Amino acid sequence: MYASLNEYLIISGLLFCIGFAGVILRKNIIVIFMCLELMLAAASLTLVAFTRFKPFQQEGATTTLPDYDGQMLVFFIITVAAAEVAVGLAIIVALYRSRQTIHTDDLDALKG
Amino acid sequence: MELAWFLFILPLASAIAIHFVLKKRPCLSGAVGTVVTLAALVVAFFIRGAQSELGFNWISLGNFEVNIGFVIDKLSSNMMLIVTGIGSLVHIFSLAYMKEDKAKARYFGNLSLFMFSMTGIVLSSNLVMTFIFWELVGLSSYLLIGHWYEKHSAGDAAKKAFLTNRIGDFGFMIGILMLWSITGTVNFSELAANPPAATCALSIAVFMIFLGAMGKSAQAPLHVWLPDAMEGPTPVSALIHAATMVAAGVYMMARVFLVIGTDVISTLGSVEAIAWIGGITSLLAALMATQQNDIKKILAYSTLSQLGYMVMAVGLVNPDAGMFHLYTHAWFKALLFLGSGAIIYACHHDQNIWNMGGLLKRMPITSLTFIFGTLALTAVPFTAGFYSKESILHAAKDQGSYLLWVALGVAALTTFYMFRLIFVAILGKAKHKHSEDAKEVSMLMLAPLVILVIVSALSPFFSDFVPLPELKEIDFHVVPHFGDKLVLFSIGAFVLGFIPALLLYAGKTKDPLNIPLFRNKFYIDEIFGHIIKWGQDILAAVVHFLDEFVINGLLVGGVTRSAQGLGNLFRSKIQTGNIQTYAFMFGIGIAITIYITVFA
Repeated sequence: MYASLNEYLIISGLLFCIGFAGVILRKNIIVIFMCLELMLAAASLTLVAFTRFKPFQQEGATTTLPDYDGQMLVFFIITVAAAEVAVGLAIIVALYRSRQTIHTDDLDALKG
Repeated sequence: MELAWFLFILPLASAIAIHFVLKKRPCLSGAVGTVVTLAALVVAFFIRGAQSELGFNWISLGNFEVNIGFVIDKLSSNMMLIVTGIGSLVHIFSLAYMKEDKAKARYFGNLSLFMFSMTGIVLSSNLVMTFIFWELVGLSSYLLIGHWYEKHSAGDAAKKAFLTNRIGDFGFMIGILMLWSITGTVNFSELAANPPAATCALSIAVFMIFLGAMGKSAQAPLHVWLPDAMEGPTPVSALIHAATMVAAGVYMMARVFLVIGTDVISTLGSVEAIAWIGGITSLLAALMATQQNDIKKILAYSTLSQLGYMVMAVGLVNPDAGMFHLYTHAWFKALLFLGSGAIIYACHHDQNIWNMGGLLKRMPITSLTFIFGTLALTAVPFTAGFYSKESILHAAKDQGSYLLWVALGVAALTTFYMFRLIFVAILGKAKHKHSEDAKEVSMLMLAPLVILVIVSALSPFFSDFVPLPELKEIDFHVVPHFGDKLVLFSIGAFVLGFIPALLLYAGKTKDPLNIPLFRNKFYIDEIFGHIIKWGQDILAAVVHFLDEFVINGLLVGGVTRSAQGLGNLFRSKIQTGNIQTYAFMFGIGIAITIYITVFA
């Protein structure tokens, strides 16, 4: 038994919400960063699910072969995300060096 | 009658010449002014009796047309004779009276300007032109009252006259516009051709036009400027504030009544109000006159009172009687004012009657002319005032109005205050060294007085010279009416005024009566002062409230406060510096954007 598109989307939505809630609520910047990655993964999952269920049409006949464009895109996303994580962690390390904290409550230099 | 243009051009040219060229040549400007006015008198004689209308179109806006032109008929041409006649005599008198004045040129220039403006009012063929010249006489009156502007009181009096007149003129303007909206024309001839129906609106329009007359002819409650206007030189008081300009209101009402027609006018409700305003003015003024000590002030109040008579006659829809009184009054009141000018001149510019006395011996001719004027004013039988006052009493009686009794009371009061003046100032003993030194004035001053006595004495018997709108038959021959009870009443009023004056004032050196209410002019000036003060205070409070709370607090302050509040909200609630708040807002923003682009 295969899962349907809706189930994928619900899972992906849940993942996104958990990620977003983490970004909003957690105070540790590393955790926030992880939650961001969670949101990214949710988006990727959506993309994959949509391509998996997109009907492949050729000359009027429906075949069972799926379209892999979205899944290819997700590879790229993961690659870029890995690079981004490297940059992000570097920023966090630099931040910790200069401020001696990774708590977001303490990082309010932009307060109006 | 193109000759009539000269009546305009001559005084205007003289005014321009004196003001712009002859300022440094006072004697020459006096001569120019006098000669020009005499020439105008001659022209006025020539056009007398003519019946014509001429002019040119000045403004034409749709169906609104204003002409500059004149109507020459019995009313206007005879009025011109009064204006130029008294104007000439006043000019001649001024040559002597203002001999040593250092601003003689300015004086004569303004006098010429006045002659020009008055000519405009008298000859004008429509209400708009009348209004323009109405303002011009107001201006020249202002300039002449304030002739001695270095004197604080003269400057104030000039301002007061101008401002009070403006109140009336505002009503006049509204009246003209109302009449125009009712009839579609402001031309006298067109109005006469299509007289409006007697409606409530017309009634209001006529009353509004009367407001102009109320300012210019100094009717209560706008009378306050006239006594103060006596700050001007005495010949000016004689010409402007006794004989001509102040009578312009009566003249203008007579003109309006003539063109609208008495049968329409007499059905209007407002004319009764006009009559009562006239009656009340004459009564109040006569009461005030009984307690004044300044010779010119007494004459000023007497002028007010007589103007009240004329307005009353107009209001009783008998403008003929009013104009007849205007005509006789102009001559004898000019005589009285010029006489008082001569007395003031002889008494070293002392105007207090309690410093005068014994003038009959020292300046007999002036005194006799003055007494003659007084007899005319107090309506002694066979003098000019007797006939004209009689016609007004008849007008009141014909209407069966209570105003008859007011008029008779005023007649008695007139006799009382005028003989008070005679007994104190002319007869008796000199009470001050000013009057002890008094000498008879020069020929140049006496000649106008004597001429005025002659004209005044003859005036009622030459009915062709009376400026009449000829709306009703006037009986000039009151003599046969001696059987009439009204004449007896009139003579009774004279006696009623004369005897108390004789008993109270003959040979007195101090005023035996002291009635503060009359002396202080019923405190009307003070009441006006308070009204204006309160009015301005209330207005200022309202304006302050609007400025402080509505404009400053609500509009200007409200905008700044809401901008500031919004800014504070953003600053404290959104611009927290917390990265997670930004993320949250960002998320909400995206959600809203998606909602709008996809679902909305």
